[in-house]
Amino acid sequence: MSPRLLKKNLLRLGFWCLIGILLVYAVFPFYYAIVTSLKPSSALFQVSYWIDNPDFSNYAAVLNQASFLRAIGNSLVVALCVVTLALFLSLTAAYALGRVKFRGRGTVLMMVLGVSMFPQVAVLSGLFEVIRALGLYNTSWALILSYTIFTLPFTVWVLTTFMGQLPHELEEAAIMDGASPWVTLTRVLLPLLWPALVTTGLLAFIAAWNEFLFALTFTLTDSQRTVPVAIALISGGSPHELPWGLLMAASVLVTVPLVILVLIFQRRIVSGLTAGALKG
Amino acid sequence: MSVSTTLAPDDEYLLTRETPVQRRRVRAAWLFLTPMLLCLALVAAWPLLRTFWFSLTDASLADTGDATFVGLSNYLFHSSAGWSGLLADPQWWNAVRNTLHFTVVSVGLEIVLGLLVALLLNVQFGGRALVRALILIPWAIPTIVSAKIWSWMLNDQFGIINHLMLGLGLIDAPLAWTADADLSMWAVIIVDVWKTVPFVTLLMLAALQMLPSDCYEAARVDGIHPVKVFWRVTLPLLMPALLVAAIFRILDSLRVFDVIYVLTSNSSSTMSMSVYARQHLVEFQDVGYGSAASTLLFLVVAVIAMVYLYLGRRQLEVRS
Repeated sequence: MSPRLLKKNLLRLGFWCLIGILLVYAVFPFYYAIVTSLKPSSALFQVSYWIDNPDFSNYAAVLNQASFLRAIGNSLVVALCVVTLALFLSLTAAYALGRVKFRGRGTVLMMVLGVSMFPQVAVLSGLFEVIRALGLYNTSWALILSYTIFTLPFTVWVLTTFMGQLPHELEEAAIMDGASPWVTLTRVLLPLLWPALVTTGLLAFIAAWNEFLFALTFTLTDSQRTVPVAIALISGGSPHELPWGLLMAASVLVTVPLVILVLIFQRRIVSGLTAGALKG
Repeated sequence: MSVSTTLAPDDEYLLTRETPVQRRRVRAAWLFLTPMLLCLALVAAWPLLRTFWFSLTDASLADTGDATFVGLSNYLFHSSAGWSGLLADPQWWNAVRNTLHFTVVSVGLEIVLGLLVALLLNVQFGGRALVRALILIPWAIPTIVSAKIWSWMLNDQFGIINHLMLGLGLIDAPLAWTADADLSMWAVIIVDVWKTVPFVTLLMLAALQMLPSDCYEAARVDGIHPVKVFWRVTLPLLMPALLVAAIFRILDSLRVFDVIYVLTSNSSSTMSMSVYARQHLVEFQDVGYGSAASTLLFLVVAVIAMVYLYLGRRQLEVRS
């Protein structure tokens, strides 16, 4: 082998090694959670890297817990309602911000961006009071309402960006025909916005599904908990003997749907996350 | 959720003359904005104002309506017993130090690793799309779950990390990652970096793919060493995207809560400003004092955000 070819092959080898290290780093923790979840409790404290005798007793135990199933149901309801609410509110807002020029537009956009930077804990006491005053404490509605604080700014921004990219001839034709803004939005623009709605909806869903601080603070009883709180509160006899197998089974169960969604919608998620960010 | 948008879409096409149609459109625009603005007023603006107000009272969680004005004594108060209040509380300053330590180290690592991974994935190779999808997994996993997975991996007796390091001869005895005061902040940083590198990578990758290819053609023709090209061409061109990513990560890190709460609970060696504020608000039920802490955290974040928005606007003006 000539030195030049050798160098090229060494470079290629090094490159694939780096890719390998990257993949192990990114994927191993989740893989290890799966390995752990498939072990009977007797084998738990023996470190192993492979799944040799899959044992599903942890999954059976988790799925037999009524409170865990309740938590999954609550999380689904909360996340789906948040997505619906946020998409509806931000769709109309994005039409106004993306397609109409008016005084105060820049200020509204800056305000929305400002809200997205709020530390959640800064509104915790005030929001607690609002939720109690509305009689929503310890209900899913408390979470649906409060989650708009971090989903709305995001959905408004991304949808405004997408909305601004649609061709304007369409809208002009609708205006010429005397269509009202509502008709223009729902009949002309909405059909073109589906990809953007799927992307932003998915990102809002993931954010709502993963939220912890509000869920921990605004719900009290097991029947109202969402999945992250339920997992955080799984405990054993003492802090030093957590039921790790059970915990990992629960973790895998709530994460697998997300991982599948991300793998399927990878391109869309990337475009949503980077939308607008790098156009400046 | 991280929002990553700096520019509004261009609006050149919009009518500039004031016509009846235009007036009707503006009215409709405000009507369309109202539900969103009302919602944000209810969940963001009003609660924030109430938090500011609570910080000047002795409100307790049991009944926030029954609060008396106490001035700035939640922040700083002098009595015969000496100074008291937030600004005189060593625990608070410890939380500030922890938060800054966490922010500087984790954002620094995230930016460097994110950039390196993005450079790696910018190379054309078979299976690139798959690799790019797989590295998104840490980002998709809920923070609570990743904190639990890592606390199992970092478990002092049965954790795989200690097992691996013992096997490789890197350590002589198992390390108590989450309990040891010197190590627990590192444990938190490791988990946070693992989770957020994908986000930074995506931003960097998108920026890399928008770089003009003619610069690279020219550099290659001139036979300039790739490392030099990186420092002289790639990095300066990436700077704006790098700054956007850094600002978003800094704002996110300053309000860190979940990962610390789950990994190390209320341990003082990792307690962040958010954890401190919540502990006083909810566990000690001292809404006045906790709100004072929240207010200070908000001010820190607001100053940084304002600098960022100001710079973003300036950039906008320069461009137009």
